[in-house]
Amino acid sequence: MTSVLYDAPGPKAVFRSRLFSVVAGLIIAAGLVWLILALGAPKTSANGAVQPGLWDASRWDVFADREVWRTLGRGALNTLRMAGVAAAFALVLGVLFSFGRVSDTKWIRIPTTVVLEFVRGMPVLLMMLFILLVFSTGSFWAGVAALSVYNGAIIGEALRAGIKSLPRGQREAGLAIGLTPVATRFRIEFPQAFRQMLPIIIAQLVVLLKDTSLAFVVGYEELLRSGTSMTNFFGSRYSFSFFLVVFAIYLTMNLLLSWLARIIARRTGSKSGGVTTETTAPPEKPLDPEVTYPAALGNQMGARGI
Amino acid sequence: MDAVIENLPLFLEGFRNTLGLLLLAGTGALLLGIIVAAMRISPVASLRGFATVYTEIVRNTPLTLVLFFCAYILPYLQFSPGYFVLATIGLTVYTSPFVAEALRSGVNGVHVGQAEAARSVGLTFTQTLSFVVMPQAVRMVIPPLINVFIALTKNTSVAGAFFVFELFGAARKVTNDRGDEVLAILLAVAAFYLLVTISLGLIAGRVEKKVAVLR
Repeated sequence: MTSVLYDAPGPKAVFRSRLFSVVAGLIIAAGLVWLILALGAPKTSANGAVQPGLWDASRWDVFADREVWRTLGRGALNTLRMAGVAAAFALVLGVLFSFGRVSDTKWIRIPTTVVLEFVRGMPVLLMMLFILLVFSTGSFWAGVAALSVYNGAIIGEALRAGIKSLPRGQREAGLAIGLTPVATRFRIEFPQAFRQMLPIIIAQLVVLLKDTSLAFVVGYEELLRSGTSMTNFFGSRYSFSFFLVVFAIYLTMNLLLSWLARIIARRTGSKSGGVTTETTAPPEKPLDPEVTYPAALGNQMGARGI
Repeated sequence: MDAVIENLPLFLEGFRNTLGLLLLAGTGALLLGIIVAAMRISPVASLRGFATVYTEIVRNTPLTLVLFFCAYILPYLQFSPGYFVLATIGLTVYTSPFVAEALRSGVNGVHVGQAEAARSVGLTFTQTLSFVVMPQAVRMVIPPLINVFIALTKNTSVAGAFFVFELFGAARKVTNDRGDEVLAILLAVAAFYLLVTISLGLIAGRVEKKVAVLR
């Protein structure tokens, strides 16, 4: 795209842009080095006591203790457990929601739409508190229920958009060969919609993993909570160190899952091309669902990804 | 029900703070997002790389972690301008990559043929951008951008967990005092949130319909 916008640069322009790039890179690197050094510098607090810098060994010696790592590992496992259970429920709920939304019966379609609007407009955190207080479940099930309802609603919308974007002939053909409407939906339309929307669904599951950290607020013993409880145990001297380690673990988990999602999206993206009408996109453009499907997804897309 | 009516001033104060967070963090995220998006599509490789890394890192960090950093670690590092400001900073940083991605996908969503046509009738780089690409991109960007702000509205609730008194904080306080009417209180708070999110959603839908005609 950018290459279309201007003439191919000559040798002078290439040199200039390369120079600029190097200078900007040096500025960024200098800023990062300054930040690291500033964090590492010893600080004098108001009462005159000198605190060691943040990279000082005295702030990191707890990590020699294996029990610390075991606690963090338990926290990470709890996070993954919540994400796994919630993801399974969210997928099931998403399928149910999508069928409800495209149902031919008014009595199913309208209540489902209202429930979906309600759920998608509400913060997950409020839902967690709600479930925790009203149904007095433990914090684990409150988190799982809120996450699966919220993400189920978004997956349901994505699937609905997938079903809607199929050519009408698919449904007509299914009915014409004598399948019942339900069987048509299940065996003809749904598999295609699911495959088409798989990138979006997986992206939503990454969001779900991220959102499990909200269960921190309702007191679930997940990764962030295990970090803070150890800060309380060992003293605030270690608060930055624990934060940084928890941050790194989260980042690793999420980046791995995002990377996996991208691989799956690429593989299914090329396969589903044959069954849909949306092969008109120019091949040089990457198949970005946010660009390719916005018309079908409508404003439903928004809640996803954040 | 009377628990809701009794505490209505509290809820309204919370709602005001939620709106304040939404406006301040929204504006901040928009500015930061424009900068990041500009860096990401710029021809300068090092800026592009920096913006990509920034986007990836922030997008893969849970909001709770970002706000936790703002609420606990920044004061510990002797930077404490108050929790409201800290929460605004956290929400701004967290939302900015999503804004940047929305902007970028809008610009990428303009068909290449448009730029090619503009170039082939002899428009310069600036003319192509300002008369052909940008007018279309802006229109396409508005619905996803509104969606980012809807998500931001919901995300302000997380700030309530970190000492900012907004709607979620109000809900927590009131449900602590009046454990007998939890359901009514939470439904009332949900109604406030829905007021913002659904009306923003309706605007997004409207704009989307207008844009759909163009394509």
